[in-house]
Amino acid sequence: MKSTPVISAQHLDIGYRIGGEKVKCVHSNLNIALYAGELTCLLGANGAGKSTLLRTLSGAQPPLSGEIMINGNSLREIGRHKLSQTIGLVLTDKTAIGGLTVREVVALGRQPHTGFFGRLSALDNKVVDSSLDACGIADKGDRYMASLSDGERQKVMIAKALAQECPIVLLDEPTAFLDIVSRIEVMSLLHRIATEHHRAILLSTHDIEQALVLSDRLWLLSREEGLTTGVTEDLILSGSLNNLFPHSDIHFDPLHGSYYPTVHRNKSVTVVCQDETLLHWTINLLNRNDYGASLDTTIPCNHLIQIEKPNHIIWQEDGKTTTLHSFEELVQEIKAKEV
Amino acid sequence: MNKNSNISRSTLLIVGLTILTILLWVCNLFIGSVDIPAAEVVNALTGQPCEKESWRYIIVESRIPQAITALLAGCSLAVAGLLLQTTFNNPLAGPSILGIDTGAALGVAVVMLTGGSLVASAGFSGFLATIFGAFIGALTVLAVILFFSTFVRNNLMLLIIGMMVGYLTSSLISLLNFFASANQVHAYTMWGMGNLSGVSLQQLPGYTVASVCGLIIAFMLSKPLNAMLLGTRYAENLGVNIALTRNLLLLATGLLTATTTAFCGPITFIGLSVPHIARLLLRSSNHNTLLPVTMLCGAIVLLLCNIISTLPGNNGIIPINAVTPLIGAPVIIYVIVNQKKINYFNG
Repeated sequence: MKSTPVISAQHLDIGYRIGGEKVKCVHSNLNIALYAGELTCLLGANGAGKSTLLRTLSGAQPPLSGEIMINGNSLREIGRHKLSQTIGLVLTDKTAIGGLTVREVVALGRQPHTGFFGRLSALDNKVVDSSLDACGIADKGDRYMASLSDGERQKVMIAKALAQECPIVLLDEPTAFLDIVSRIEVMSLLHRIATEHHRAILLSTHDIEQALVLSDRLWLLSREEGLTTGVTEDLILSGSLNNLFPHSDIHFDPLHGSYYPTVHRNKSVTVVCQDETLLHWTINLLNRNDYGASLDTTIPCNHLIQIEKPNHIIWQEDGKTTTLHSFEELVQEIKAKEV
Repeated sequence: MNKNSNISRSTLLIVGLTILTILLWVCNLFIGSVDIPAAEVVNALTGQPCEKESWRYIIVESRIPQAITALLAGCSLAVAGLLLQTTFNNPLAGPSILGIDTGAALGVAVVMLTGGSLVASAGFSGFLATIFGAFIGALTVLAVILFFSTFVRNNLMLLIIGMMVGYLTSSLISLLNFFASANQVHAYTMWGMGNLSGVSLQQLPGYTVASVCGLIIAFMLSKPLNAMLLGTRYAENLGVNIALTRNLLLLATGLLTATTTAFCGPITFIGLSVPHIARLLLRSSNHNTLLPVTMLCGAIVLLLCNIISTLPGNNGIIPINAVTPLIGAPVIIYVIVNQKKINYFNG
């Protein structure tokens, strides 16, 4: 059964109006479907139009043509107040909240639900508590924002969006400026929120590795190809990720889920190895040193490497055999030939 | 547990500051440039006959309105400063730095220095014309700055634009001074030194209503003000009507700065420094508590300045603008030097 998307749009043109009739179209003819209960990552190069797309979907910027539907209602016709209860945002904007406590910031997320003076009801306080809890920062409620690390601050902003109780949460590069531990924590947190709280979460990121691990669905955006969407694994295996950066000298390795520089190797070597990890890193070293690796022993080749253990490497060249005891010695052997 | 102690801290602070405000207000009745025995002050206040009729007159006609003016002006300028600092997301914003009180001063200068002709033709009494001029002047400068703020995103640049507008306004005032008569220049210069005794008992109700209106608008905006701490895009996402909020902030700041400036002259440093004193005392930028604390601190500081200004006794009164920087400038320097340690500066 295919679920119905919470945000959908057909033939959407996005971009800017530059006064009068003039427009700067960033993307045209986009087809969009964002699903509840899923984490969706928006990937693309700098300048691909990720922020423009997010701004358009959040209602901050009108589309040039086409209509965005949210749960069957047009985004244009949802009032300011209703919109603040529908889409929650996490941005990279500069804030002045250093003098507020974590709890106060998360409580700001209740503003769409509170009255004129923003007084919190017992229910509001309960939602704030559970949002803090869900983001793993329940023990930091009384800390000042100024005293938090970047990763903790981002979790607070996510807790704020959670407290807003919106079915949709859009995040603009929530893992930028974070170290690897915080990046993984934030991404896992978002995936858990999407699944457990049944939210539709869309985030733009440059962290492709984490996106491939935790994202249920990918939106690939590039100037040349437009928007390609699909379940992460479908896109990986169909080679769509190779089109994400078409003009760059990099290629996508579907086995390891990463991009690698495309190098044009002059020399080739046959590699014989049983262990997959060992094989991967041997090829890594050979590629870096200008050798293309072949696993096919039936093709004749001047060089052959047999590896059983990292400290036992057999290097054969024109019938001559050398035994090496570390990758360091292997590098020296290779480098010596270049001279 | 900690949550409760936070609430009690702000409640305690507000209660303490309220008591201090009342005490200082009463002190303002007892201390003045003319030595009047305390018992006679009490007599004058309770309607008992005084030893000298002039003493009764001084207390009722001068000290009471002056103490009320100091209270209201302190509240108004401090709250105006806080509103500007939050709106522009800049801790160094304030009515005097952004040229808003210079704008009010220009309005006053136009009325006072171009003489009675303009005022008479508008059909205003002199004083109402002054207030009207100040209000238009302050709002014009605020509107110019807000206009720039729609496309100048950098707040420091915006602050500098505000300062430039202030200089332009000052130069217009100088030009007006150049062409005015000696008497007009003298009157304008006296006004420019700042004077809390400018509001008579008869004008007091009008001044009170205008200031209290501005303060009420400010308090009604505390929810969107808190959202604005996150920046405009976040605030918009929380359902805040940015355009309406900005216009109301413009109105409140204009009302508070313009009425006070019209009656008392441009009083410097209160708007800039008092919000910092309030944040340092409260240790929070939450407007629910920061607004009342800022208001009370403003009243306390200006009541204190008023007492200091009467210290020379029979030799006269020190202009209030010679006293306010004594309290304001050290606070600003302290805040700038310690900004790494002070929470509300860091993000």
